Formats: sequence, structure tokens, C-alpha cells
Amino acid sequence: MTNRTTQIGTGDVLCFLCVRNESDRLPHFLRHHRALGVRHFLIVDNGSTDGTPDLLRGQPDVSLWQTQASYKASRFGMDWLTWLMMRHGHGHWCLTLDADELLIYPYWQARPLPALTGWLDRQGRDSFGALTVDMYPEGPVSQGVVGPDRDPITHLAWFDAGNYLVQVQPRMRNLWIQGGVRARAFFGQTPRRAPTLNKTPLVRWNWRYAYVNSTHALLPPRLNQVYATDGGELTSGVLLHTKFLPGITERSAEEKTRGQHFGNAAQYAAYYDRLTDDPVLHTIASTRYTGWRQMEALGLMSRGGWV
Amino acid sequence: MTQASTLGVVMLCHAALDRAAQLARHWAMHGCPVVIHVDARTPHAQFEGLRSALKDLPDIRFTPRLPCEWGTFGLVQATLDAATRMLADFTQVSHVLLASGSCLPIKPVRALQAHLSAEPGIDFIESVTTADVGWTIGGLNEERFTLRFPFSWKRQRRFFDGYVALQRKLGFRRSLPKGLVPHLGSQWWCLTRRTLEGILNLPDRGRIDRYFKRVWIPDESYFQSLVRQVSTSIESRSLTLSKFDYQGRPYIFYDDHLHLLRQADAFIARKAWHQADVLYQTFLTRDGDRAHATEPSPGKINRLFAKAVERRVKGRPGLYMQSRFPVRARGAALAAAPYGVFSGFAPLFTDFQPWLGRALDARVHGHLFAFDRVQFAGGETVYKGGLSDSPTLRDYNPRSFLANLIWNTRGETQCFQFGPEDEQDIAPTIASDPNASIFLISGAFAVPLWQSGRSAQEVRAEAARLQKVESDFIYMLKGVETKARIRIWSLAEFIENPAEPLEQLVDLLNPRAAHRVTELPQLLDLRGFGSFLQDLRNQGMAPVLMGDFPSDVELAQPNPPFARPRIVR
Repeated sequence: MTNRTTQIGTGDVLCFLCVRNESDRLPHFLRHHRALGVRHFLIVDNGSTDGTPDLLRGQPDVSLWQTQASYKASRFGMDWLTWLMMRHGHGHWCLTLDADELLIYPYWQARPLPALTGWLDRQGRDSFGALTVDMYPEGPVSQGVVGPDRDPITHLAWFDAGNYLVQVQPRMRNLWIQGGVRARAFFGQTPRRAPTLNKTPLVRWNWRYAYVNSTHALLPPRLNQVYATDGGELTSGVLLHTKFLPGITERSAEEKTRGQHFGNAAQYAAYYDRLTDDPVLHTIASTRYTGWRQMEALGLMSRGGWV
Repeated sequence: MTQASTLGVVMLCHAALDRAAQLARHWAMHGCPVVIHVDARTPHAQFEGLRSALKDLPDIRFTPRLPCEWGTFGLVQATLDAATRMLADFTQVSHVLLASGSCLPIKPVRALQAHLSAEPGIDFIESVTTADVGWTIGGLNEERFTLRFPFSWKRQRRFFDGYVALQRKLGFRRSLPKGLVPHLGSQWWCLTRRTLEGILNLPDRGRIDRYFKRVWIPDESYFQSLVRQVSTSIESRSLTLSKFDYQGRPYIFYDDHLHLLRQADAFIARKAWHQADVLYQTFLTRDGDRAHATEPSPGKINRLFAKAVERRVKGRPGLYMQSRFPVRARGAALAAAPYGVFSGFAPLFTDFQPWLGRALDARVHGHLFAFDRVQFAGGETVYKGGLSDSPTLRDYNPRSFLANLIWNTRGETQCFQFGPEDEQDIAPTIASDPNASIFLISGAFAVPLWQSGRSAQEVRAEAARLQKVESDFIYMLKGVETKARIRIWSLAEFIENPAEPLEQLVDLLNPRAAHRVTELPQLLDLRGFGSFLQDLRNQGMAPVLMGDFPSDVELAQPNPPFARPRIVR
């Protein structure tokens, strides 16, 4: 354990995440979110064997907790993170991510997170929604080399722009969005099982709050209302999902064996098999990523009145 | 440099006092005395920090700190105190500018002074009668002056709203001080010494102040109203650019607004984000070191902010995403653009789809809702935006599928075939969509059955099923929920004169393209279909949706039969 949380100052934006063998992704991940204005990273490492803990201990703005326990048994790390958030997140804007997610939002290069959270504060909003967009390469997913310090989006330059399926889940009032390349390529016959893509990763935290299902939904339910129902648009962002980096094929084989996925792991066996087969996800209908303005114009995120 | 010493700045501050110090220094360095008021609720240490940061500057004063809650008289009182001090301490001051601790001068101070010197008697203050304002929030214009507001709008909203409602119900009305005509406007003004002295020395100011203590948001009405009593030359516009969101909160300017602010015709911008280093660095350079100003283009700024408000309030029709999911709004079932749904056309012509594409200049799909496969135009397996041809994926959320298709193809009209042989779950969505135009030839579903060469006995059950599905669809289309544009012809009506319905639909879907249509698609030779219908009747089915279809003998009459019809112009 490396606890540097005494560095946390009033009003700092904090980032919480749970990792396992992410030494390839973390350097860019940290650089990206640091540049956005995250002041401290609170990270749980779940039995990494690739030097991830050492890498994290070397970062001045990271506090690290380590565990060997089952990821699945702790609801995919959320229990650990919930405790850390209760302990350290109260009163802060907290960003809860996976190591393969890069948050972008309108004007992100020019306006760091405190500008966004200030806008949300003035709008009376405590939570901020983001759509997970699966990014993929042009060729077979195992091909190519992306060094840990390179922006993975230069390699994972493509995405599906307009095949997202939206419905409301009345119980928690959260949207349920599926679709994207994974629904298209892997769940054409079993769409109900396609991964959930809507997230609420940024919340002005209160120790009473809790994420219920990854960061897809939280309690109390009003925090899930990150969308306007009257026809207008609220401000929202996109999580660029870097899942399909070259290591994905071996990783899928490993994940399948570990059986640690959310829900019924057996359901995902076919999905992992397809991935292990090294598919090409790119089609003529794919869109090349050019930036947030493109994502906004495509309707995958919205500035929602922020200008 | 006589004119350079005439502007004094009253600054009302409450947070980010490091920026306030920078701003005060900038004004002072350019010869403008500054009187600062800091909100009493700001921590004392911060206030002391500001004082010591400015202690080397002789022409800076601080006035006693009062609490300035939003919407209360505290802000006005602080302004009055500071203005009094300004006029007393700095006799050279001819104009007083009211600014906040985040009001950034975006033009050289010299330019502002020159502007004031050009017409020295003018008061720059937005001052609009209550009848003419369109921007106020909460529906309170005139009532700001005639009701009482003892409760805080921010902290005691329920009491605030309840007390307003109660006063309305009781018909309560405060009487206005004599001679006062209520005016509203931006709280940021620039007044001449003469006018300001006039206001400060109004004979019944005690009574006026007592009155305004119970007016809501007096900082937007006190000076704006009183100026009308003392000044004869008012230019009703603020020199300070400020933009408001749909809830009436001021927009904040960030570093990426630099270019925009350079195009403003105002002299000061409210409010600049306290971390906008580029803005502060750029605009707080000394007058002499500045880059040349860009030609003002205030219309561009207005449009940008108006569009942002519209995006927040109205959104983009036809878009369903993580921060827009209209369920309450009228027009919730609205696709992004008009589209055409064609039922029963394709089986009647040999070349309907290519013809339609040419006639409408549109993308024409096959049966998008076919059971076996999504029939995208050109037989694509993955369509624009990544839509899959998997019927399972489509049927999992058919509304999203259609909304996505229409959204993804904005700028190109979409048409598709839809009939009783298709998956029907999407039907209510289409029917209730004002952007849908549905053209239906009832009974045409029987033509492919007839063409299949199978006997009436073999296809009887299928024909009956399709007829049931189609009549349910027609029944729905005639219901009250329907918002789509509907044209329905029976098969018999249609073949009597196919040109007219075809022209109609072209006119409806693409009025501009209509003039290019001279040729119509090739109608199938339907001789023999009448006998097929009779056979169905003989098998015990009642084919009714086709209308009164002519017998083969009757069909033989027009000469030549089923020629490619031409439109005569």
C-alpha cells in the first residue's frame, strides 16, 4: 500500500480505478487524465504480475492499494472503490474509470475538469454521463504495436458512429445503451447480452452514494438522470475505450479461463472465442476518429448548452 | 492625458481574489482609480491577501464589507458606498464603471477612455421598461417591483415561490415611490459623475432605498430605474459583454473564447474563468504592448450563445443518446428527417425501387424490416454508422434501429419498403412519427402470391394472414395517434390511374425533384390476377383490401394495356 492521500486538497478532482496487468495502458492513461486536471489517483491493484504496482508507486500523485482477492467476488472492484470513495471522495468531484477508458468531453483540450465541474455545479448537476465508444484498429485486432507512452487512439482510430440502442430502465431511471462494434460483431444473435455502454463516471461524491453496477448506475437514482427528457440535451462526454489493443487476443483467452466477467461467465465464452480468433472489426461503415467536435456532431456526446 | 484620468472603476468581488488583484492593478496602472468592495462572506484571510497584494498602489480604496447575497439589496448598497467613496476621494473622475472581480477588460483601457471622451455626457446603462424585457427568469418582470420578497430565492425557494403565489392570490401590490418608472437591465454600467451624483443626492433617497430593499434583484433595477430621473442622455446598452444561459446564469469565458472575445464590440467581458490564464495574460497586457484588435463581429457572438441555449433547451430532433432521451416532450417520436415508407409498390412494378431513387433523389432500401434480413440499399451487410443487417439486432430495439438510420443519413432522404410480410413491431413508431410519409396500396400483397404460380388453395391461408396484418396496420394508421402523412389506395384504385398517385408521392416527398420526373416505372401486366382473386374467393377467403379489382375482360379494354405511363406536360 502506498497512501499519499494526505496530498489531496479541497476541491481537487480525484480519479478512482481498479487495475490488473495494465502496465501498457497506464502511462498514457495517467498522462491523459492528469492533463485533464485530475489531482490524485486512488488505485486498487488486483494481483497484477506485469509490474503495474511498481509503475504506480513511482507516480507522485497515485495512492495504491493491493489485493489478491477475486475480482468477481468484490463486484469487479466496485466494493473496494466504494470504500475508498466513501473514505476519500466525499465532497470531491470523483472520476471512476477503467484503465482502458479515456474520458473526453466538449472542449476538453482547452477546458480542464475544474471548468467542466464548475459548469455542472452552476447547472445544479451532481453527475455527468458518458458513452463508452469502442475504438478499434483498421486491421486484425492482434496486429500492430502500440508503445505504452503512445496515444492508443492513433492505432485504435476507428469506431461505429451510429448503431447505439437506447432504452430506459425504470427501476433506477438510468438509460441502458448497448451497441457499437461489440454488439455488431459479437452479439448479433444475442443482443440482450451486448455490453452496456452508458456510464456515469463523474460524480460530485457524497459518502452516502454508491455505484450499483460498475459505473453504469448508482444510488440514489436521481444521479442516473444524466439525460434530458424534455427534448433538450445535457452536457455529456465519451469514454474512448481502448480494449482492442494488440494484446486483446491473449487477454481474451486468459479472461475466459479466469471466468471473472460480470454476470454469467459462460455466456461470454463464445465472445472470447471470437476475439481469440483475431477478427477484423473495421468495415466500410466505420468512422475514423478526428476529435470531440466530430463525436459531438455525430450525437455521441453533447455540449448541452455549454459554450 | 487629461481624458486618461477620468475613468474610475468600482469593483465588487467575492471570490478568486487573486484575479481581482490582477484586474485592479491593470485598471490602476492605466490611470483608473479603483474602489473595491469585498463580500463580507469571503474569508478574512483572502481579503487581507488582496489588500496586501495592492498596497503599493496609491489609487486603490476599500469600502466596508457588506454581505452580498445574490438577488438582495446588499449588492446595491455596496455599489452605493463604493461610488460615494469614488466621487469623494477622486475628484478627477468623470465616469464610473461598475465591474466585478471577474470582469475582464477586453479592449485597451485607452480605447474605453476614448470612447467615453468622444461623447462625454452619455450614460452607458441598459435600461428597459418592464413591459419590454424578454430575458427575465421566473416570469417576474413588473412583479419584481410590486410584490415583496423577504425570502431568499436560492436558499428558501419554497417560501419564495409560496409567498409570490400568495401575494398574487391576495392581489397584493406595493405602491411605487413617486416618479419611479421601473426599468430593468444589465447590472454592469458606466455612468457619468453628474448622473451618479444625481442619483446619490436624490431628495427622497431614504425612501427609495427602503423601497428597493424589498424589490427582487435590485441590482438589475435600482440604477436602471433611477437613471431615468436624473439623466437625459442614456445610451441603453452595457459596455460589458455578458451572456446568460436558459436559467439566467451568466456564461463564463474560457481560454478558447479568446478569438471570440477579440471580435466583441464591448469593452469588458463578464465573466472570465479564474483559471483562464490565456485570457488574463492576453487582455491584461499594457495598452502599448497589445496586438491589433480584430474587426468587431458581435452578431457572431450572439448567434453562438443563442445556439447553445437552443441546444440545451430543444436539442437535436431525432437524436436519442445518453444525454437526450425525450419521453415527455411533444414530438418525442420524431425522426431526424422526413422519410418515406412504401407498401405494395414494389410488387406492382418491374423497376419501382430504382425509379423511386431517381425520382426523389433519395436512398431507397428494400424491406428494412424483413424477417430474414435487413434489406439495406445495395444489399449492404453493414450500413452507415455501423448498422448491422442482423434482424435479431434490429428487432431487439427497432425504434433505435430506425432512429439511427434516419439520424445517420441526415441530408439524404431515406425510403424503404414495408408490408404485411414484414416484422410489424415498428408500425406504431412509424405511424406516430410526423416525419414519416406512408404510401400504401392495399391488397397488393396478393400480387407476389399470384406470381408465385402456386394455386389459390395453397396460398389461401397466407393470403388471409397478410390481409389481417395489413388491415390492422391500416386501422392503426387511421387512428388518432397517427402523426405520419398517410396516402392509401386500394389496388383497384391504383391501377386505374397509377400516374396520379406516383406524382402525388413525388410531390410530397421531394417537391423540388418533381419537375424532373417525366417517366414512370413499368407496371406489371396484371391480366390473370382478377381470376386469381376469384379463385381465392372460391376457396372461402374474402380478399377485400384490393378494392373492386377489374376482371380480365375489363382489363383488356385500354389499349395498349400496361404501357409505361408518361406524364404529359
